[in-house]
Amino acid sequence: MSAVDSGETLGGIETIRRGLRYSPELVSGIWTTLLLAVVASIGQVVVPVAVQQTLDHGLHGDHGADVGFVVRAGLLATLAIAVTGWASYAMTRRLFTASERGLATLREKAFRHVHDLPLLTQSTERRGALVSRVTSDVDQISQFIVYGGLLFVVSVGQMLIATVVMAVYSWQLALVVWLCFGPLFASLRYFQGKLSAAYTQVRRQVGAMLSAVSEPVVGAAVVKAYAVESRTQARIDAEVAATQVAQTRAQGFTATFFSLGGLSGGLANAGVIVIGVLLGLGYLHSGGDLTSGEVLAFAFLVSLFVGPVQTGSQILTDAQNAVASWRRVIGILDTPADLVDPGEDGEVLPRGPLAVEFDQVTFAYPGGTPVLHDVTFALAPGVRVSVVGETGSGKSTIAKLLTRLMDPTEGVVRLDGVDLRRVRNDSLRQSVVLVPQEGFLFDDTLAANVRYGRPDATDTEIEYAAGVLGLADWLASLPLGVQTRVGQRGESLSAGERQLVALLRAQLDDPDLLVLDEATSAVDPALEMRIGRALERLMSDRTSVTIAHRLSTAEAADEVLVVDGGRIVQRGRHTELIAEEGSVYARLHASWMAQQGG
Amino acid sequence: MGVTAARRASTTDGFGVLWVAIKREPWVFTLSTLGSALFGALTVADAWVLGWSTNHVVLPAFRDGHIGTGWLLAVVGLFVGVAILRAVGVIARRLGAGVMQYRMQAHYRRAVTRKYLELPLAWHHRHPTGELLSNANSDVEAAWAPIAPLPMAVGTVAMMVIAIVQMFLADLVLACVGLLVFPAVIATNLVYQRFSSPLMTRAQQLRAELSGVAHESFDGALVVKTLGRESEETDRFAVTARELRDVNIRAGRLRAAFDPTLAALPQLGVLVVLAVGVLRVVHGGALAGDVVQVAYLLTIVAFPIRSLGWLLGEFPRSVVGFTRVQAVLDSTGRMPYGEGAAARSASGAAVAVEGVGYTYPGSSGAPLLRQVDFTVAPGRTVALVGATAAGKSTLTTLLARLVDPDHGRITLDGTDLRDFAQGELAGVTALVPQTAFLFDDTVRDNVTLGLQVSDDEVWAALRTAQADGFVAALPDGLDTRLGERGTSLSGGQRQRISLARALIRHPRLLVLDDATSAVDPEVEQRILTALRAGVASSGTTLVVVAYRKATIALADEVVHLENGRILDRGTHVDLLARDASYARLVNAYEQTDETTEGMSA
Repeated sequence: MSAVDSGETLGGIETIRRGLRYSPELVSGIWTTLLLAVVASIGQVVVPVAVQQTLDHGLHGDHGADVGFVVRAGLLATLAIAVTGWASYAMTRRLFTASERGLATLREKAFRHVHDLPLLTQSTERRGALVSRVTSDVDQISQFIVYGGLLFVVSVGQMLIATVVMAVYSWQLALVVWLCFGPLFASLRYFQGKLSAAYTQVRRQVGAMLSAVSEPVVGAAVVKAYAVESRTQARIDAEVAATQVAQTRAQGFTATFFSLGGLSGGLANAGVIVIGVLLGLGYLHSGGDLTSGEVLAFAFLVSLFVGPVQTGSQILTDAQNAVASWRRVIGILDTPADLVDPGEDGEVLPRGPLAVEFDQVTFAYPGGTPVLHDVTFALAPGVRVSVVGETGSGKSTIAKLLTRLMDPTEGVVRLDGVDLRRVRNDSLRQSVVLVPQEGFLFDDTLAANVRYGRPDATDTEIEYAAGVLGLADWLASLPLGVQTRVGQRGESLSAGERQLVALLRAQLDDPDLLVLDEATSAVDPALEMRIGRALERLMSDRTSVTIAHRLSTAEAADEVLVVDGGRIVQRGRHTELIAEEGSVYARLHASWMAQQGG
Repeated sequence: MGVTAARRASTTDGFGVLWVAIKREPWVFTLSTLGSALFGALTVADAWVLGWSTNHVVLPAFRDGHIGTGWLLAVVGLFVGVAILRAVGVIARRLGAGVMQYRMQAHYRRAVTRKYLELPLAWHHRHPTGELLSNANSDVEAAWAPIAPLPMAVGTVAMMVIAIVQMFLADLVLACVGLLVFPAVIATNLVYQRFSSPLMTRAQQLRAELSGVAHESFDGALVVKTLGRESEETDRFAVTARELRDVNIRAGRLRAAFDPTLAALPQLGVLVVLAVGVLRVVHGGALAGDVVQVAYLLTIVAFPIRSLGWLLGEFPRSVVGFTRVQAVLDSTGRMPYGEGAAARSASGAAVAVEGVGYTYPGSSGAPLLRQVDFTVAPGRTVALVGATAAGKSTLTTLLARLVDPDHGRITLDGTDLRDFAQGELAGVTALVPQTAFLFDDTVRDNVTLGLQVSDDEVWAALRTAQADGFVAALPDGLDTRLGERGTSLSGGQRQRISLARALIRHPRLLVLDDATSAVDPEVEQRILTALRAGVASSGTTLVVVAYRKATIALADEVVHLENGRILDRGTHVDLLARDASYARLVNAYEQTDETTEGMSA
């Protein structure tokens, strides 16, 4: 089965390039922001330069101490700090605005795309993972860009400017500093690999741990019914311990790596002082033109080096996580939405009962064997058809193709003579309604759930619809009537009641083709019969296709389609089909009767 | 604790939470704090080394035109020595903080889950699943988040103290100037925290909301799609996403303003120190090295002061998280157990339900069960029949003692269920619920749940549950891992695995709560046939919630429940004859048959 593109094949640069294409806001005005970043970085060298100037010209100038110079230099430096501070403010502000706007767009695009993905994709990919792609993954990118990314730009800028200033003072000392940091830079790749592997392991382990921790909550009844508390606890303890080990290991690498920056800094300081003194004294160089102030300014410049290198290392790890997150989000957008809405160019279905036609339809899940083979049938407008067959026979696939939750691999499905792929999505969803087995409810009132497909419907209309379906008593029995809250996923209601809400929804939507896929499997038989009779009235003005295990529905239908092994094997009225000795339908009916008769 | 109260008290409470961690892990805390203090002291020492080098090496060398090798070696030795010790401090601090944080998380995750396992199901019912999961996950994480910056903060305080002493030793006047910088940085930080923490909290709430919307929307994808509501769903998501964006941008603007301010304060301090320092040097009050040293101290200490801000910033979330976790740990109510042992014979158990009443905890509504009385003789099968919400499922949870009745009692072989020792009842009873829960584990382990049995027995149980066919077709057979919550199987397949889990235990009392509702009739028929044969040979007592006549037909006796009461009990035939509402319920299909036939005739 196909899955959502994980994006894992995407290279780092390619990821960023694609990511920027999906969120153009990220790079709008980027050059101004970078220019501001350069100005802001310059602020970092103001103090070292001021120290050097003060020592060399203020204290040890040609004419002795010069207080006036120091004051002038100080005022100039203050101005420089103010300007670069403002640049830093403007840069951060622009960066936050651009990245948050860009990522909000990316989030919305990805969210929308998930809904446009074919359902079969959604069922193979775990929904939780899809949720995290539009939530925490985007957060990770955002956090990285505005914190890490910002720091990274500033850090690199700082290192470059420090290098330039050092080289202006003395290229030899600049070289000494770079040589002292050499081993660190050289080991960067090695540590990056280690860190990245260690944090990947942490994430994986945390996932396993969270899954174990959820068991005593989600599976509370089973754990208690089978008294497997100690086994469950042992599993949790093992995962918790493994998580702790993985976290500690990753932290060990981080700490070691982090300490290297300080070591290099110490080495560089010693090198600068020693080599600087030697250079200044002319031992190493013929022209001893280095001043004491310059040597000391280097010590400050070295500290400008240590910070960025340390934060830079942390950032590189975050960067890898962020790029991985970005890949996953892009992966969603790269997964093709098979069901393309023809939009404005598409056809609009006329109102009134629809004719249905399957023309040599074959369907196979990607990489799988066909579940429907060359199915052809036509239904006249307004008929009530029942589709029966064993589990796995392909009858639910017919429902999904009919409502365009999937497109056929071969062949054409037509409504009112129009290829479904040519029908505008809004028209299709207005004319065709599927009532699925699991009537999912949103955490809201019952009324809000019933009018989900028709937000303009009033409470009175809902109550009227309930009356038509014979559900007025049930509605009245609820504590707050239509204003009753249904809870998360509708769990305050029973499974049967959730199905009733789904039926009410369909009644209110007034479709021209009604598809019921095991829509009443969880209500008790008496209630089902009551709805069944109401549904019959409801079906009179439209075409309806009912898929049910309970053959009672088939008995009441105008026509029955019997599906077996992905083919239509029988077709006709209940009474005719049952007469066909040894047929699939006769067998299904016999086992149905066995259940009823006992 | 109210929101406003939480903010006021959070700093004290935050330290209170940290104190819990320090008491729990005193050695790791001491180690990491010593590491941090070492780091802080040596960072300051670095400035001292620089000042010393300036006064004893750099300035004399440039003044005199020569310098002894010994002095140069001393410079190298001092700088490198300090750097190495500082590296040791860094490792001790960071690793120590990590170890302490991870240990506390582990302690509390174990404690919370232990509590979950101990608390009765009634307690679980009162708390939403999402809340319990976040108590064990994000709340534990939030509670111990301040541990990460803790040693750094402690070290920073140490460093500040040392730096201040150093500055005073170097030059009194310069030190006073420098001293103005630290409070200014701390004050700016506090102001920043005050303005930013409501934004951070709001962003956190919005992230949770966003995740909730996405979860719900993707869970309901089928409904969204079939009703063509994708755009409206995207709008719903976008409203929260955009609010989050705006809050983040506002937080960004705040940061944009505070970051340069915080950076500028020590920079300006250095400039003032330089200006004042030059005057002091000119008047002979200070040495150039002292000026350099004080300036350097300001530069290096100013940045770590921010770690105090990080620490305080984590407090509000930490206190909220800890309070929630503590509420779970303080929950009382564990199911009381007696001393009784349940006989593990092969014969069926005798069950008696005596005057049982049950009301859903915390609900003011009508009782779910009232005065329920019936008995099941060993080896007999009883069907519980009733309309939706009649109380059938509740009765099954009482029979397996997932909850205790408010009134009356239930006995097994004459012993009140509450008198059995822990695990005894579960050893002889198995309940198969309507919604199957599968563990994130292999098929085998999902069936055995740790029971020591051979694969043949597993296959036998799967065969009775009609699950052997699809399990054999799974890529790794019994070793196939069933994903988180077993999502890779259909509802009917999950129910059959869940049924096999009960059957392999050869329970003396088997309770099926509409356990085959998602299985199609043909397969269900085969399951019932196999079950009937199995029950007949082992003598298992069977209580089954049933809708279909075929299932009811398994039963020796039918208990007809309506609105939490037993309306009637007896054989299916007797009830059909004398209980009109029973007849209506079970004959619903046949009535339609007659109607349909009447219509077509």
